Amino acid sequence: MANEGLVKNLDQVVIRFSGDSGDGMQLAGNIFSAVSAVLGNDISTFPDYPAEIRAPQGTLSGVSGYQIHIGAGKVYTSGDKCDVLVAMNPAALKVNVKNITPQTVIIIDADSFTDKDLEKALFQTKSPFEELGLNNVVIDAPITSMCKDSLKDSGMDNKSILKCKNMFALGLVCWLFDRPLDHAMQMLNTKFAKKPDIATANIKVLTDGYNYGHNIHASVSTYRIESKGEKVKGIYRDVNGNAATAYGLVAAAEKAGLQLFLGSYPITPATDILHELSKLKNLGVITVQCEDEISGCCSAIGASFAGSLGVTSTSGPGLCLKSEAINLAVIAELPLVIVDVQRGGPSTGMPTKSEQTDLLQAIYGRNGESPLAVIAATSPTDCFDSAFMACKIALEHMTPVILLTDGYIANGSAAWKIPSLKDYPEIKPPYVTEEIRENWKPYRRNKENFVRYWATPGMEGFMHRLGGLEKDYETSTISTDAINHQKMIITRRSKIEKIADDLPLQEVLGDKDADLLIVGWGGTFGHLYDTMQQMRNNGKKVALAHFKYINPLPKNTEEILRSYKKIVVAEQDMGQFAGLLRMKVPGVDFKQFNRVKGQPFKVARLVEEFTKMMEE
Amino acid sequence: MEEQLYTMKDFKSDQYVRWCPGCGDHALLNSLQKAMAELGIPPHMTAVVSGIGCSSRLPYYMNTYGFHTIHGRAAAIASGLKVANPEITVWQISGDGDGLAIGGNHFIHALRRNVNINIVLLNNRIYGLTKGQYSPTSPRGFVSKSSPYGTVEDPFRPAELAFGARGRFFGRCVDVDGPCSIEVLKASARHKGASVVEVLQNCVIFNNGSQSALATKELRAENAIYLEHGKPMLFGKDRDKGLVQEGFGLKVVKLGENGITEKDILVHDAHCQDNTLHMKLALMEGPDFPVALGVIRDVEAPCYDEAVHQQIEEVKAKKREHTLEEFLLTGDTWEIK
Repeated sequence: MANEGLVKNLDQVVIRFSGDSGDGMQLAGNIFSAVSAVLGNDISTFPDYPAEIRAPQGTLSGVSGYQIHIGAGKVYTSGDKCDVLVAMNPAALKVNVKNITPQTVIIIDADSFTDKDLEKALFQTKSPFEELGLNNVVIDAPITSMCKDSLKDSGMDNKSILKCKNMFALGLVCWLFDRPLDHAMQMLNTKFAKKPDIATANIKVLTDGYNYGHNIHASVSTYRIESKGEKVKGIYRDVNGNAATAYGLVAAAEKAGLQLFLGSYPITPATDILHELSKLKNLGVITVQCEDEISGCCSAIGASFAGSLGVTSTSGPGLCLKSEAINLAVIAELPLVIVDVQRGGPSTGMPTKSEQTDLLQAIYGRNGESPLAVIAATSPTDCFDSAFMACKIALEHMTPVILLTDGYIANGSAAWKIPSLKDYPEIKPPYVTEEIRENWKPYRRNKENFVRYWATPGMEGFMHRLGGLEKDYETSTISTDAINHQKMIITRRSKIEKIADDLPLQEVLGDKDADLLIVGWGGTFGHLYDTMQQMRNNGKKVALAHFKYINPLPKNTEEILRSYKKIVVAEQDMGQFAGLLRMKVPGVDFKQFNRVKGQPFKVARLVEEFTKMMEE
Repeated sequence: MEEQLYTMKDFKSDQYVRWCPGCGDHALLNSLQKAMAELGIPPHMTAVVSGIGCSSRLPYYMNTYGFHTIHGRAAAIASGLKVANPEITVWQISGDGDGLAIGGNHFIHALRRNVNINIVLLNNRIYGLTKGQYSPTSPRGFVSKSSPYGTVEDPFRPAELAFGARGRFFGRCVDVDGPCSIEVLKASARHKGASVVEVLQNCVIFNNGSQSALATKELRAENAIYLEHGKPMLFGKDRDKGLVQEGFGLKVVKLGENGITEKDILVHDAHCQDNTLHMKLALMEGPDFPVALGVIRDVEAPCYDEAVHQQIEEVKAKKREHTLEEFLLTGDTWEIK
């Protein structure tokens, strides 16, 4: 432990709150990230919570974590290993050994390191740090007893008092990082607006935790992360990927002048999209919590048929269930947006963990030749833009669009400059017009982009029948004609390929003359970008092509992929995107980096692996 | 009488009707088109949604908005359509397999929510399009291609299922019985909320004769009872038989016998909230009881699609933010200058 008080100025720091799933670690982490964002730091967060709502207290399976990466400048990931670990019990310490370095400062609740607690966390000895081989700086604060002491005159029962422990830890961390408490207090007052006693108790414990830090000041370092003021001027808020997705959908509906209809069934980790949208009735949003995943998709298709913007939200298992209905929207050529917040699979898999393993399911996972558009959001805030674009493509090209996000960016949050809708493009669905009334048929299409025209119930003179049976190209009636079927197959495919005309070209970041091109897609952007920058700092020539538009791919994809000697495709699946690229751009040697652990990439590991690849 | 704005021709599409000759679907299609014409709702304000099965081809023959969807999902798609635009009159056409087997979940939840759609359930107790397997309404012991030794399971009785899901409207008609079908279909459309019309239908190819006891006017006079709200429950060629309550059950009596007069006969109350008697009526079957036809239950309750929009209006009136930007600027925000 340092013997003198000193203030360290840092560019960035990673803090992890960890404890029992009932210890309120998510709330503590959430408040800390918001407080930091308000101070002008950039933030990226990673809630890492167990599948069990309340696993047995003190056990390894019940550990819930919330990691926050705070930067003076821009941060792209929630960080590899943490600089400060708050471990509310021995289980939290044990589970997080892999997330710390020898320099990590560990704050523990000394009161929950009794023999019994150690036993629950399956420690063999009574010296947990020794047993784990740790030599770190430890602040062993008696958090539980001080929390009890702090609230002894509050008249609260013991159970309610203990629920405030997280605030003591938060207060201590706020002091460590020189964060004033006023914004945290404001957040607590808002959160517990209906229970002012609870708000007061939480604020008292928070303050006492802060003061405790001050009192032991002589023996630890204090960190300061100044804001570098790199941020664009404007009004900001904290947003996670699921909320950003919800807002993006609303933005698109507003821009298109349509009613937004969400049909959904609760599923981890996508449910927050349903929660968020069901709050927005004042914006005219319809949400239906359906009887199952299938109905979620089908009701959205019904709404699209009626002329609304139909959306359904889900995760992998739900996407399986929706696939037949999605195919109906493919053949009926109706706009539909399917949000798939990817999680660990197969089957129920790891619901609270993150993967990118639904890529090929999204592109190909339906019977027949069933082309549709697929886009993948690259960060929590990009979920807004991606959701907006998914709707724009669906409505303007009369097709289902699958928007892939993942558990990591869906639950991770970041500071977000509130967008102005006037900066976003128009959305113009191809409605039927008076001019085409005469010769109109439901599957008659625009000759340029093969998009059919949209007539909706209530329009006089445009009555028509759609359905899942193959239709005649000319008359739009049922057809099993061989030549016609082939023509319709090609037409539906061409329609999706033509979307590329409306897409931005793929960007390549980093060195123009790179010796290694990193290729990624979706939610891993932050990690791959950081990896590239670190490698460049190490003197390597590296570039990154990170894909958001997956089907169709941007028009310059082939040109990019053919202009680098060495390419590595890094993804959190066993090589689905690499396989897709091999099919689309044959003859290119794609190296692969694949990790499917349910956890985000570690930048340090990527740097090491890619550097090795460059030397091969 | 007001002049009718539409005729059934206005609801006929130019498509050739491809059901087997003699199939009950033909008769029902005619009755539906006539009912629509009499209801006077314009074709462009009408949508017909179906699933998969013989009867689910029906939307192609209608000159309305139509959607022939996927197996079992018609109720879910119809619900989305209706909630998105409650101005549209939405009909759902399903068979016993589409509606009660693969689509059973959507069927019960559409009824529970009380979405204002008119569900026409064409019950021929057989899978026709896949060429003759037993359905969830085939009787126990039914011999079919997939049950050569007879089924060893009990069927659903649609009314029982509908009432179990809190169904507020249940009507029944026989496919070939045009006048009754038209009246019941019209009543189902006028009912606000989810309505079910069970059409007892004959499949000439795979289950011929399943409705033979009700096939003609004469047979129906003896073997069926036409229920009308407020009218005594009389039936028989000479309308000399009736229903009375006895203990927990119903009983068939003859006027004039044992001093029974018309005053003793039950009077139908389709609007009674309690569905106990509706259930008993709906479950009557031969040879001891007549099969109940007409509107068996027709009870008002808040309907889902309307409530969804009403709630939106209420929240809009209460909150000041009506655009996304207004909303995003409220709550926890900070400014970087």
